[in-house]
Amino acid sequence: MSSESNAGNARPGRTVTIDPVTRLEGHAKITLHLDNEGRVADARFHITEFRGFEKFCEGRPLWEMPGITARICGICPVSHLLASAKAGDRILAVAIPRSAEKLRRLMNLGQILQSHALSFFHLSAPDLLLGMDSDPASRNVFGLMNAEPELARSGIRLRQFGQEIIEALGGNKIHPSWAVPGGVREPLNSEAGERLKARLPEALETVNGALDLFRKIASRFEEEANALGDFPSLFMGLVAEDGSWEHYDGKIRFVDADGTVVGDGLDPGDYRSFIGEATENWSYLKFPYYKPRGYPDGIYRVGPLARLNICERMGTPRADEAWAEFRKNGGGRPVSSSFHYHHARLVEMLAAVERIGILLDDPELVSEPFRAEAGINRLTGVGVSEAPRGTLFHDYTVDRHGILQKVNLIIATGQNNLAMNRTVLQAAQHYIRGSTIPEGLLNRIEAGVRAFDPCLSCSTHAFGQMPMRVALFGPEGERLDERTRD
Amino acid sequence: MAVNTFTLNGELVSASPGATVLEAARENGVEIPTLCELEGLSNIGACRLCLVEIAGSPRLQPACVTATTEGMEVRTDSERLRQYRRMILELLFAERNHVCPVCVANGHCELQSRAIDNGMEFVRFPYQHPDLPVDITHARFGIDHNRCILCTRCVRVCDEIEGAHTWDVAGRGTGSRVITDLNQPWGDATTCTTCGKCVEACPTGAIFRKGSSAGEMEHQRDRIRFIADARSKREWTP
Repeated sequence: MSSESNAGNARPGRTVTIDPVTRLEGHAKITLHLDNEGRVADARFHITEFRGFEKFCEGRPLWEMPGITARICGICPVSHLLASAKAGDRILAVAIPRSAEKLRRLMNLGQILQSHALSFFHLSAPDLLLGMDSDPASRNVFGLMNAEPELARSGIRLRQFGQEIIEALGGNKIHPSWAVPGGVREPLNSEAGERLKARLPEALETVNGALDLFRKIASRFEEEANALGDFPSLFMGLVAEDGSWEHYDGKIRFVDADGTVVGDGLDPGDYRSFIGEATENWSYLKFPYYKPRGYPDGIYRVGPLARLNICERMGTPRADEAWAEFRKNGGGRPVSSSFHYHHARLVEMLAAVERIGILLDDPELVSEPFRAEAGINRLTGVGVSEAPRGTLFHDYTVDRHGILQKVNLIIATGQNNLAMNRTVLQAAQHYIRGSTIPEGLLNRIEAGVRAFDPCLSCSTHAFGQMPMRVALFGPEGERLDERTRD
Repeated sequence: MAVNTFTLNGELVSASPGATVLEAARENGVEIPTLCELEGLSNIGACRLCLVEIAGSPRLQPACVTATTEGMEVRTDSERLRQYRRMILELLFAERNHVCPVCVANGHCELQSRAIDNGMEFVRFPYQHPDLPVDITHARFGIDHNRCILCTRCVRVCDEIEGAHTWDVAGRGTGSRVITDLNQPWGDATTCTTCGKCVEACPTGAIFRKGSSAGEMEHQRDRIRFIADARSKREWTP
């Protein structure tokens, strides 16, 4: 949400600051630079947090890393837990028990479900259902509860279901220290499995209801779909061996804006050979890019939109249908508008619910062993997982006893950094013209960022809450206006 | 057998001669918080958490090394004692890097439990954040000096029960460290028998089984008393 003082105050040659940006995970601000004619010349999405996990993990034993790095995020601790445990698997040089892999997959699906439910129902539904121009004071989940109580309730319960899967496996809804190098600590007990199965029909109904709702309202947002980050880019993510949607393992695939596979079967462990990281002096977030295309042309997007654009099918019947319908948005090519991240999230929720059902019926889920024991057999290891927001890499170097020497974390939100900046610029150029900036238009710029569901605390590895600032700078760099929201 | 009769928190109680205040209190169902004390090992009065008030003595006395005497009046709980105990705990937390949520002993840690029991809600002293190493050169165990409170249980159990005396203390004051052999990496300590008694005795997550993840390190501290008892009763000797 942007502050009142900025609305209606877009003198030429100024900078508008939206600070803080609301309804996303972390601290950020947006600055819009206007030229002498009052048109948006440049726009930047600044991440203003700093954390330092990569540094203070040095010196810790490998086996503690999943528990420590899970603390990076309260929304997607499971992604860090899994990427970290997988980096550990590589360093132990073990193939983990099949049951352990299935249990890890189950937990990741629970997390994708709860995180996507949070993004859609709690954070973005207020824009989509109450309207981009509705009163900022009630344009939030509480306003949604008043206006659409049943929808809000079912969305909250869907998130709860995802959280319960995590809790049933890991003992805690948030920050379970459950996946370990070599496998997992505990299996799912049968009582919890039955309890979760009983909740599946309701979860399926909620996701289907949300998809129906999105179909109905999508036509209202055609302008947003064109203005909020609709640009050609590469898409990156994991795909399964058979080309279907993948969230835990598999190989990396890059697809370009035309749908051509430009990189395939890439080993996530070799990410350095195909991903470069650039830095800019105005953000704590790094700017990863696809190396063969260089910086900044190698811009790529990750997350739900990318995963659905790179795969050939979802792999479960209902989700396959929903995927085919989603891909129609692209007209035979990848879906390019970042606004469709919302739609992609709904398709992934459907896939998650279906796959959770399949896993809960799998007898192998409870067959011992669950953990492979081994010592330090390699000094480096890269772990990868598909976090709700995109591909996550944990890259560790240890000494021969297993003490961390070097840690590099490549976070999904970081990989969308270039795309989010381009989205902000595109939205600002589309909406800010002339001398007035209505609040609703600033909210649309925020919504452009919100579509990515960025987790800034994760990506910069920071502490704090999640507000945003927008500043308006003149051509000489002077600050003309600024809005802050706590 | 003659007994000592004395007053414990206003109640007349009796204790066998030579019993410490701590032993007598436990016999009479009165809990006194402890940290460095472990049943089966000698007592050294290092942590000062078990301080009690004794009528006629201007100083507080550590219950674990104070013998009961006929007619003494002991108070184990007062606002003054609670304040001191909280302060001791705060100082322990401030001195090294105790990060409970990601500690291997989270939920199974005596330091954490004492802090909770004694209402330590915050630490008023500046954290020292010392830069301390983790030694996991041993094949099975590790020592994280960040979590060590210098209770010396490991030193005592290794010397008194195992008889190896691998552990000792080097340095002075806040620079003190528990060491293995002559300050060699644990993996190079030739006197270590890998018996694991120090692992079971450790009150925190400082000494742990390798491969433990957060909250996974459970200690079997009563094993030390079991061994000590069996030995003193000559249960294993024909």
